[in-house]
Parts: sequence; structure tokens; C-alpha cells
Amino acid sequence: MSAPHPSASPPATGALAIDHLSISYLRRDRVLPVLTDVSFHIEPGEAYGLVGESGCGKTTVAMAVMCYLPTNARIEGGHIRLRDTDLTRAGEAQLRSLRGNRMAMVYQDAGSALNPSLTIGRQIAEVYRFHGGLDTTAAMDAAAAMLETVQIADSARMLRRYPHELSGGQQQRVMFAMALATSPDLLVLDEPTTGLDTTVEAEVLDLVARLRSKFSASILFISHNLGIVTRMCERVGVLYAGRLIEEGPSREIFSTPRHPYTLGLTRCVPNRIMRKDAHRLDPIPGSLPPLGLAVQGCVYAPRCPIARARCREEDPPAFVSGERRVSRCFYHDEVSGIPRSEEALPAIGGESAGGDLLRVEHLSKRYGAGTNQVVALDDVSIELEAGEILGLVGESGSGKSTLAKCVVGLLEASGGEIDFAGRPLVRLGDWRKPELRRKLQMVFQNPDTTLNPSHTARRILTRAARLLSTAGSSADVERQVTALAAAVQLRPHHLDLKPSFLSGGLKQRVAIARAFAGAPALVLCDEPTSALDVSVQATILNLLVDLQTKERVAYLFISHDLGVVRYLADRIAVMYLGQIIEIGRAEDVFSPPHHPYTEALLSAMPTIDESEGARIKLSGTMPNPANPPTGCRFHTRCHRFLGEICREREPPWQEDGEGHRYRCHIAPADLEAAQQEAMSRPAKDGNRPEAEIRA
Amino acid sequence: MGRFLVKRLFLAFVTLFCVSIVLFLVAQVMPGDVGRAILGPYATEVQVRALDHQLGVDRPLLERYSTWLGGFVRGDWGSSFLLHRPVASIAFDRLYNSLILGGFALLLIVPTSIGFGVLAALNYGKWPDRVISVAGLSLIALPEFVTGIMVLVIFAVELGWLPASSHVPSFNPIDWFRQLLLPSIPLMFVLFGYISRMARTGTIESLRSNYVRTAILKGLPRSTVIWQHVLRNSLLPTITVISVQTGYLVGGLVVTETLFNYPGIGKLVLDSAVQHDLPVLQATVLLVAVLYMALTLFADVLYTLLNPRVRLAA
Repeated sequence: MSAPHPSASPPATGALAIDHLSISYLRRDRVLPVLTDVSFHIEPGEAYGLVGESGCGKTTVAMAVMCYLPTNARIEGGHIRLRDTDLTRAGEAQLRSLRGNRMAMVYQDAGSALNPSLTIGRQIAEVYRFHGGLDTTAAMDAAAAMLETVQIADSARMLRRYPHELSGGQQQRVMFAMALATSPDLLVLDEPTTGLDTTVEAEVLDLVARLRSKFSASILFISHNLGIVTRMCERVGVLYAGRLIEEGPSREIFSTPRHPYTLGLTRCVPNRIMRKDAHRLDPIPGSLPPLGLAVQGCVYAPRCPIARARCREEDPPAFVSGERRVSRCFYHDEVSGIPRSEEALPAIGGESAGGDLLRVEHLSKRYGAGTNQVVALDDVSIELEAGEILGLVGESGSGKSTLAKCVVGLLEASGGEIDFAGRPLVRLGDWRKPELRRKLQMVFQNPDTTLNPSHTARRILTRAARLLSTAGSSADVERQVTALAAAVQLRPHHLDLKPSFLSGGLKQRVAIARAFAGAPALVLCDEPTSALDVSVQATILNLLVDLQTKERVAYLFISHDLGVVRYLADRIAVMYLGQIIEIGRAEDVFSPPHHPYTEALLSAMPTIDESEGARIKLSGTMPNPANPPTGCRFHTRCHRFLGEICREREPPWQEDGEGHRYRCHIAPADLEAAQQEAMSRPAKDGNRPEAEIRA
Repeated sequence: MGRFLVKRLFLAFVTLFCVSIVLFLVAQVMPGDVGRAILGPYATEVQVRALDHQLGVDRPLLERYSTWLGGFVRGDWGSSFLLHRPVASIAFDRLYNSLILGGFALLLIVPTSIGFGVLAALNYGKWPDRVISVAGLSLIALPEFVTGIMVLVIFAVELGWLPASSHVPSFNPIDWFRQLLLPSIPLMFVLFGYISRMARTGTIESLRSNYVRTAILKGLPRSTVIWQHVLRNSLLPTITVISVQTGYLVGGLVVTETLFNYPGIGKLVLDSAVQHDLPVLQATVLLVAVLYMALTLFADVLYTLLNPRVRLAA
């Protein structure tokens, strides 16, 4: 047992010191606390991660550090010190000399963070002109040098480019160039890779790691992704409802959490060995308390599996234990013993009756004509059995969504066949029979834009029930709406709310219930959980698995999150530039021999449950689909490039006879050996989870 | 860019062709008889017919249309029935006068409106914003003939500061204001509302954008943030509005030129319509349409040149 400590961090004077910071938002005469007594220090050169679900106050911390809080925010108490400057007391002029000079920030969505009508050279040079006092020419030269530092080649030409001419990864590099131009003491990174493809994300993170050795900046790294924080940071703080509830070295904090919330976060995310038929995800029950709710005792008590009477009465102090571990939980010693929830695993239904539910053959989709023609889908063939989940992965622009939209009939395919339940499908949904439309449903990524904002959840579901189901009388419809709501665990009072009053997770549940109204046979899910927090994602994934087993529904599940796909999918298809380049059972696709592109995607995946492996770097970005490379489409970026043959000849399908096939010129035995060797090389413990699965 | 221009020019010609048909038909079905309108009520029916035949207004519709359009394209716009002068020379004289008046109004009101619009945006929700927004909306709601008569009564009749009837000014700048200020006020009032609103909306949007946050967090001075980062993006949509409103200005010119008896193209359109001077009416209205097309095209090209996303995609 350890002693309570007055401050959450050791009283050191770091590069950034936040002490007892409390911030409130004023909204219609109400004072809503968003941060309560947050304290942490970041040492010079240290990277400190801040994690927690959305709404926990992560971005408020970042904005408070940059002194860029919204006008209705008020600092109620505490201090933020950058070296020896108290930022809470700095005036406008002083802030101008600090921002972009001694502290800089990079955030999500670099595309909108750069001025669309100024060249990137000018935008980087501004920093040198105002903080370095350089004249225009010297500032441009410095900007060019900085572009080289962030590994943008051909800097002289790139300086004259406008932001929209750059790829997402390059835009984020430009943001880093701007932020590091003056070699600041502190770099605040707020979800810097969210929204980027996994491979690009890995590149940007590699860049940050490399820049850290060149620049001595301390880093405040905010992310919802525990894997990335583990990879990038030495220490991590966990925020919950505006309070720092746990802090410690990043390797330890997620392997041996000392706060039930941290443990909850780690258990929401499927790890390398979890599969839907053997493991259930553990979502955190309940939801974040609404802003401004007065809480007595521990804020996490209502959701905590080990909360006792004391937790509901006393606010737990910060307990310091071991080497720089801090937890605000009375029972932090018991956290490691919390069992996984004992929810019964759904019984996986019997083997399918045989025959494919969906069979897509030689499907193609072209946009435009002549020299501007873009081939979004090129000779795509997939098959899906009833009750089966096919995961569809690939970088953005690979044609995943186009495939789903062609199947559901939102887009008209240019060629090829789609057979559904043994019959050919009319290409456009408008011309399909209602019965067929009912059987084929889609769930989209963003429930905000797919649900009518002026209808209540009940009205949305009633409409769907009336249009899609066979229910006749209004009593039948009502009964069905209640049943649908129950199936997706919506409470009755949720039904009478409009989407804007529902949280992201609840909205997505409404969207899923809508899709299930007509007892569909196939549901196309286009990134259904990527906008959601991990604990909500866990709930939705469990729900999808339940519905699959109960209703024998098949899914085409599109996701950029390989961890989720591996957990959920029975089979996986990998797309690249409009082609399927690999397809097979999930465990076959995830282990060698597999396509070099799949290998690269897997190695780019950040996780919390393994030691760092050497990452395969894909060179360059995805080629322009209007002008795809000859031969193997992947040869321009392939790390296992053989030579002329890859450039000139389309690779053959390598099949193992059990449904796993991929397109590559390398002989399967050679590829397997090379990939096994690559996997075992960097891992220090030599005992990779894949090996466990296969053993 | 080249393809974009060709496409736009082609569309402009199609539009003008349609305008010419509508215009010709409307002019033909106007009540009253051309010969009668020229010769007056005391001419005999035979005299009127003879004049109609001489002018060619009794020939079949299609023939008259093709003759007229062919002439217009070749630059032969015919002669005025009343003034017996070539239509082209009358129309261009009057157009020149109107351009002086319209140009004067635009020159004064565009910077003023943008200035106030940006000022309102920078003080979003505070009193300068409220005053400017309410004033702009009120001015849009007042038609030119109301504001025109008001300024005429107050400044010309009651106070006697400026002339009630305006002439084309000399090169003396004081004379510009003396002759043009009153007739341009009604035009400016309407333009002010639209342009300042657009400038305000664009600026507010830009101020909330992530790139302005980036600029502020780079530690740039406020003036640099506003001039380099905000205005460059916020005024793009304003340019489109100005060009559309410039076309609208032509309609306003008819009212204000008549009210102040200013010899511009607006007054010419009205006079020739009242007096059934068909060659003048048709040619001037088509000229206005050409002008309108040219202005819109110019605005689009300008927008394209200022917006790198459009410029480089084309």
C-alpha cells in the first residue's frame, strides 16, 4: 500500500509544469467544470501521452497550454508553466512571442489546418520571418531546409505548392516543419495522425520519433489510441471526466493498470490473440458523466466494477506507488484482479447450409472517360456465405467503399456480375425489387449525417419497419420497433430523442437497428466504428457479433483498423488500387505467406501488447488511380520488389487450395521464409503472438 | 484554364442567343403600333401604314428577327426611328455615361461595404456588428425609387446642396461628386447590404477555420493574421457577389437615371420602350445582356485566378 501524495507528479521543474489546473466553461449562466485539479510535469526532452475518451478534457488541456481556450472558458485555478514562464498570466504580446517560437502545436486534419490560398513555402517562412527575424529570401531558404528535415523531397519545388496539391501525410509533415522551425521547448500534438491511413500514420510517427532525436522538444502527445501512445511516449496520463486518474510509464500503465478505468480502456480493444468466437470485448458500462454534473466521491464510481461505499463518499487522493506510478483509486492494488466480464459468449450457429449468399464476379467501376478515366474497381471477385463476416481492408482510395456501394446498388457498376442468393442482381438499387433491397442493407461511418436530424429515433425506426419489414398493422410495427431497440440495447427513453441529443454510440445503434428492420441477409458496414470511442466501439462490435449469430446475418465489414477486422472477420479481403490482392480466412491472411502489402499494413499497426518491431516502410504514396502502374500495381512501393517481372507482368494468383489466395510473383515458400525471418528479426523476446496462434 | 474559358464563352453565347429571341418577341408584342407612336395621333391610317412598310415592321416575324440579329452581329444596329441616328452611336454614348455613373458608385461602395463587413465580422456579436448588419438589411429592403426620391427631396430640393438633375461630369473630381453623388446613392444603398453581408459571413467563417487557428498559434501578429490569412480567403465569395450585383446595378440605373434625368443607358432603355423606338430598345437591352455576361465571366476568371484550388485543378 502506498501513501497518498498531494500532487499527482513529483515536484520537479520540467519543461512544462501543470499544477492543480481547473477550467470551467460558462454556458447560459451555468459554470461547467471541464478540468478539475489536473497536475502533471513533462521533463525536458520527454514525451508525455494523454489518453482518455472524447469529452474527457484532453483537447482542453492542449488548448490551455497554448492559451487558446474558447472565449467562454475560464481558468478557475492552478498554473501552467513553460520552463519559467507562467502561461496563465501571460499577456497577448508575450503569448505572440511564445507561440510558434517556444511552444508549437500540430493537430488533427492538416488539410484544414493549412491556409488553402497560400503556398506552403510562404506559410513555413512566416515562422522564420516573425520569430527568427529573417528577411523573405532567407526565410524561404530556411523553409526549404526544414522541408528536407521533415523528409519532403524536392523542397524547392514543394515550396511553391499549395496545400491541396499535397497528400495527407505530406500536409502533416508541413505542419511539423512549421512547428519545429524555431526548435521549440514544447511540442503539443493533438491526435496528429487521426484520419490518416495506417501506413501514412506509421510514417508520420516514425518521423516524430526521428525528429525527437534531432530536436530536444518535450512532447505533449494527445491520442485516443493507446497503441500509438505506448509507442511514442515515455510516460502516460489517463484523463477521465476532467481528472487525471492515473499516471505512469507507458509500458507499465497498460500492462498493469492501477485504475479500473485504465484497465477498462485496455480491455475494450481487441488484442492480437482475441477472436470473436473465443473472446468477448469488455465495454465499460455506462457513459461519461455529463459536463457540469456535481459528483460526490470518485467520478468513476458509477461505472466501476470494484466501487464500494467509500468510493461514493470520498474523492480519492493521488496514491503514489512504485517508480512514478500515480493512481486516484482507493483500491488500486485490486485492479489487476478484476475479472473479465462473464458475459456468455454467443453460441456460434451451425455451419452454413452451403452455397454463397453473395458472389461478385469480375466487377468493375470506372469514372470519367478518355484520358481522365479512373478505374475505381478493376475485376473484383469476392464471395460471401450466409452468416459470414468478410473484412475488407486497404488504404483510402483503394475502392473499398465503391465496392460496397456497387453491391448495395447506390452506384452502378460498369461491368461484371453480382449474384445474390443465387440470382443475378440488377445493378442499380432503384430497379431492384423491394424484397431484395430489404435483404441488403448498409451502415455508414458517420451516423450524424445518415440519420435525419429532425426525426426522433422512434420515427426513424418506425419508418424503416414500415418500409422494410413485413409487419402489417401499426401495432405490429410498434412491436417491431420495440424489439429492434431492445436488440441494439437502446433504452425506451432514447427512442423519443432526436439524433442530436444522442451520443455517437447511441446514434450508431439507431443506424444499425434501422438496417436490421427488414431482417436483412447481408449488411454492408462501412467503417461503422471508426468515429466512436473504444468503449463504444466494443459495445457495437459485440452487438454486431450477437446479431450475426442470432439472425445469421452476413457482413461485408470495411475498416482501416486491422485489429478490429482480425477480431471480427471470418475472412478478409485486401484491396489495393481497385483490385483485390489477397483474400482468405482471417488467420491465413494475418500470417505468412501473405501479400507484401498485407505484411506492410500489419507491421504499421500500433498495439499495446507487444514489444516494438521494425516497421516495413512503404515508399511513396498510393499511385494515381487514373494512371495505375503496369505489371503488379504494388511494385512501385513494394519492399519485396523482384525486378523486371513485377514491373511488366501482372502477378498470378497464388492459391493454397483452401480458399486463401494472393497475387504475387514470389513463390509462396520463399515469401513465407522471408516474412517469417522479418518477423522474428526485430522482436527481442522472439515470441510473437502469431506464433502462439499457430502453435 | 483555356478549356474553362472556352466552355464559359460558349455558354455565354447560348444564353445571349436565348435572350435575343425573348427580347425580340417581347418587343414585338408590346402594345401599340410603331408608325402610330412615331407619327402621333393626328396622322392618317394610310400614312401610318406607309411608315410601317418603310420601317419594315409589317414583314413576317422570322424574317425581321434574322435581319435584326444578323445586323446586330455585323455591327449594323440600324437607325433610331425617332432620332434618325445610327443606334450604335447613341447606345455607346449613353453606355459610356452610365459606366461613369456605375463605376463611380462601385468605386465608392465596394471598399466601403467590404470594410464595414469585415469590421462587423471582427466584432461578431458586439454592437458594431449589430449596427452594420441591421443597417445593411434595412438598406436592401428599401427600393431605389424610395431612397432616390428621399435623397432628391432632402439634398436637392430642401437643402439645395446638389443639383436635382445630373449631367455627365467634367474631368474635375469635385464635379464628379457634384453630379454623380446623388444618383449613385440609391445604387450604393442596395449594394452595401449585399456586399457587406457577404464580406461579413466570409470573414466570420474564415476566422473560425483551422488555418486561422494555425496562424494565431504560430504567434503571428493580429494584423498579419487578418490581412494574410483571413481576408485572402474570406473575400473570394464576395467577389462573386459583387459581379452578380453589378449586373443588378443595370436595373437600378433605369430607375436612378430617370429620377435624376441622367443621360445614361438606363434612361435610354426606358425612353425607347415608351416611344416604341424598337431598334434602339432591342439593341440597348441586348448590349446590356452582353455587358452582364462579360462581367460575370470576368468575375469567374478573377475568382479562379485568386483561388489556387480551382486554378490548378482546371
